[in-house]
Parts: sequence; C-alpha cells; structure tokens
Amino acid sequence: MVVDSLTADATDRIFQALADATRRDILVRVILREQSVSALARQYQMSFAAVQKHVAVLERALLVTKTRSGREQIVRGNASTLHTAATLLEAYEQLWIERATQIADVLAGEEGDTA
Amino acid sequence: MTVVSSTKDPATLTLTLVADFDASPERVWDVWEDPRKLERWWGPPTYPATFTRHEFVVGGESRYFMTGPSGETPRGWWRIKAIEKPHLLEFANGFAGDDGEPAPGIEPAAGHVTFEAVGSGTRMTTVTHFVDVAQMETMLGMGMQEGMAQAIGQIDALLVQSPV
Repeated sequence: MVVDSLTADATDRIFQALADATRRDILVRVILREQSVSALARQYQMSFAAVQKHVAVLERALLVTKTRSGREQIVRGNASTLHTAATLLEAYEQLWIERATQIADVLAGEEGDTA
Repeated sequence: MTVVSSTKDPATLTLTLVADFDASPERVWDVWEDPRKLERWWGPPTYPATFTRHEFVVGGESRYFMTGPSGETPRGWWRIKAIEKPHLLEFANGFAGDDGEPAPGIEPAAGHVTFEAVGSGTRMTTVTHFVDVAQMETMLGMGMQEGMAQAIGQIDALLVQSPV
C-alpha cells in the first residue's frame, strides 16, 4: 500500500522512521503540540543525544521539522498538509481495521444466541 | 471478517474501508444500534469506549468516553443524520470537552456507513470524511496513538484476511 503522491523512497523513509516505538511516540507528541528537543528528552528514559537521534530520523523522513529558537531546537509535525494527512489516514485506517476485527468478535460471540 | 479494500485519499481527507462479515445485515446493524455492543468495538483495544447516551434516531445524539491505559478519558459525541435500517447510517462524530459536550471550534468528522447483503453475509462500507488536518490531529489525540503505533506494521495490509 503506497501512500499516494509520495515516492517509494520517501515512503520507505517514513515507514523506517515509524518502525520504532519511541519515534512513533515522539511524532504523535509533536503533531499534537510542538515542543523542544529537551522537553521531549525529559519524557523518556534515555539520553538527550538518543532522543535527538530519533528526532533526526523523523526529520529525514520529513515527518517533523526542526527550527532553532534561541538555545532550543523546536520540533513540530511537518506542516505539509498532504503528507500529514497521509500519515493520519494511516492511523485511522488501522483504527477502522481494528474496529472491523472487533465487530467480528462481537458477532462471533453471539453465535448460539438468538441471532 | 475480511477487509475487502481500504482506500485513503489525502487530497479529500477521506478514508473508505470495505469489510465483509459472516452475519446478516440485521446483525451487523445491531452492533451499531445496541450501545452495549457498540462499546465493545468502537474504541481501540487499549481505549475501550463507554456510551452514556445513544439515541439511534435521525437527529439523535450520543455521548461517549474512552478509558486509556493511564486512566485518561477522552470524550466524543455523535449526531445521527440519516438512518435506513439495516442499509444506511450517516452520523457526525466529534471531539468533546471535559464536560462531555461537543467542543467548540472543532468540526466533527462525517461518517457514512452502508450495509449490503452479500451471499449469506454482509458487506459493510464505512466512509469517514474529515474537514481538515487540524481536526484529524485533534481526534488522533483521542486514543489514536495506539492506532498510529500499529499502523506501521500494516503497510501491506491493503488486503488483510483474518479468520472470524
């Protein structure tokens, strides 16, 4: 399933970037609210350098952008609407697949009932 | 359950999922109409939903909250726009504030669901249309992190087949 309007390379970078739980978590945090690398680092049991490295991988995949503000580096979700939309649609797609799976469980649990 | 197809259109912010169930349209419809059944599947596994109101009539409203792994309770609402039992359901689904009521300034997403008898089973098509990316991001905060986390391993899941 190739995300429309992205090249295969870009898609590969995105999914490589998202293959790590910490990076997914960082991405969701900065999509919801931009924040500095040090603020992010305080939320994980790992070094500042390790968090910075994760941010760099997300940045290469164009999932986040990093800008300097004084001594802080501010990370935010990529403003490219299509790009962000494609990423978010991935999440919603997974949600709906989960819902369909759970509906099947509800239906299976009813068998033998009055159905 | 078989996911027949899943289509994402970033240009129109629309997600369409087509799934087949081994049950009649009436039974599949019932998992939407009966709030006790609905809350067994509406939330992601780690964010089970509780519906405190569910008026399944045109113009009717629903209120629900989900309970996350850390005890957080994001809230949401529905407003039903069209009902043709057991064929068609249209509803708005929005983000609610801490009081459980629709949050001002955040447009709801539009859901359009159809149920079609296919053989002895049912083909359910859900179309979710979002207004803008900001809305998607806000609603993503409602327990969707888990969905995001799991989305990744599913990149080849265009045709997911799993036993019922």
